[in-house]
Amino acid sequence: MVEHRRFGNLLPHLILWVGVLIVAFPVYIAFIASTQDNATIANGQMSLLPGGHFLETYYRTLFVGSSGTTREPVGTMLFNSFVMAMLIAVGKIAISLISAYAIVYFRFPFRMTIFWLIFITLMLPVEVRIYPTYKIVADLNLLDSYAGLTLPLIASATATLLFRQFFMTVPDELLEASRIDGAGPFRFFWDTLLPLSRTNMAALFVILFILGWNQYLWPLLITTRDDMQTIQIGIRKMIVTSDALTEWPVVMATAVLAMLPPVAVVVLMQKLFVRGLVETEK
Amino acid sequence: MLKNAVFQSKFLPYWLVLPQLAVVLVFFYWPALQAVAQSFLLQDAFGLSTTFVWFENYQELLADPDYFSAILRTFVFSVLIAVSSLSLALLLAVMADRPLRGSMFYRTLLIWPYAVAPPVVGVLWIFMLNPSLGVIAHGLRAIGVDWNPLLDGNQAATLIILAAAWKQISYNFLFFLAGLQAIPGSVIEAAAIDGARPMRRFWTIVFPLLSPTIFFLIVVNIVYAFFETFGIIDTMTRGGPAKATETLVYKVYSDGLLGGNLGSSAAQSVILMGIVIALTAFQFRFVERKVNY
Repeated sequence: MVEHRRFGNLLPHLILWVGVLIVAFPVYIAFIASTQDNATIANGQMSLLPGGHFLETYYRTLFVGSSGTTREPVGTMLFNSFVMAMLIAVGKIAISLISAYAIVYFRFPFRMTIFWLIFITLMLPVEVRIYPTYKIVADLNLLDSYAGLTLPLIASATATLLFRQFFMTVPDELLEASRIDGAGPFRFFWDTLLPLSRTNMAALFVILFILGWNQYLWPLLITTRDDMQTIQIGIRKMIVTSDALTEWPVVMATAVLAMLPPVAVVVLMQKLFVRGLVETEK
Repeated sequence: MLKNAVFQSKFLPYWLVLPQLAVVLVFFYWPALQAVAQSFLLQDAFGLSTTFVWFENYQELLADPDYFSAILRTFVFSVLIAVSSLSLALLLAVMADRPLRGSMFYRTLLIWPYAVAPPVVGVLWIFMLNPSLGVIAHGLRAIGVDWNPLLDGNQAATLIILAAAWKQISYNFLFFLAGLQAIPGSVIEAAAIDGARPMRRFWTIVFPLLSPTIFFLIVVNIVYAFFETFGIIDTMTRGGPAKATETLVYKVYSDGLLGGNLGSSAAQSVILMGIVIALTAFQFRFVERKVNY
């Protein structure tokens, strides 16, 4: 600290607490609502302390499903979201690693053309080319499949750029050395480059997992079967326009469950995640 | 950009780029081109015949007062979301940057909404602000506000902006914190020795040094407000009441899916692509040049 003040750090603490309150309040309310019974909430008499229906609501949410529009239990949706997020994260990292490797470590005709073809994809989120992409996925018979859910989202270049940048900083001597040891392109990639990229891969995994888990518009369009629904779609279908029919405790329990995996990933891998975020987005 | 040590191989590099190239060509370039092509076509009501109409879709769009109000609305939303979440995040980051007891605790609690999905954010806020049963709605009623976002367009818009800004605080907070920590302490100490008070130090030293971060975040926040608010809007208001919360992206979705007007929807997509490319180019030109990593 540059200077000492009489009241110390009272003001910063106060401001930070207000910030934490603003950030945490909606989630606290969601949790509270998920432990109370539907009638109390529908009457607008929700208390700010946990009720006694915690186990009952969560059991029903996870394994039985709500009686409203979506009859699929949230357990299935969680599974679908998990598969989707994993496929996007792992798939994107895998194809980006090898294409970045080719672009950095090989000289071949059309190298820069290919690099630019990949680079341009950075600029356009799936939202702006949504209908044509939908049509192509439909023509390929990939509606309601995990491939259809994930492939269009894998088609962008963030990871390739990150790996390319990282590979550029790997000293040339490493390649010379493994060449002297008689290593070919595969051995060098597997024994030298991959272990060096571990932290980058982990950080990227966190970001891509969250990105995949939180997808909304795309799964909304291409999944029609209830059992292929992801949790983000399921939750919106639970909100019925007329208040009386919405089972708020179940909706709130679903919201809490939908938040848990990505938030856990962020909190557990905070350091890695922060570094990865700063590196990829800038 | 050239490495000195490389492998020699005729076919291997092509095999290595093949998977990504295939995915990008099939699921990126092909649909993007289709969007451009579709925007020049007019389909009859039954989807039986299409005619090539040059720029008719665009002309119709630009002559449509609805489209202009959607542009204006998206713009206003973006500015309000960016300003409110950026200023709050900056304040929190400046506070969390001090050597405080328990600063890790604060940081952890402040960054996790980054991971919460937009539709979940929408659900949380619509519940709190639900006119008949929401906690905050009760509070508002108690202080005499006639709160009904289902009928009142301005209130619905406020709802969207609140929820969207809430989600973005943590992201901005992270970048501000990283930016603040990159400022050398000696510069600030020197100013303190010269007798500059904290507020003055902030505005004359910290803020200018932070400006690349701020600039970068403004662009990111605008892109966020354009695209990622879709999930929030769709869960909270579905563009209503009376289109009061229909942004450009939501309009692409509702015109294409609900209206079945593919030509217009495609033309809107193309215009959106133009906006995103312009924003990205703008960012590269003005930010990348000034920032030293």
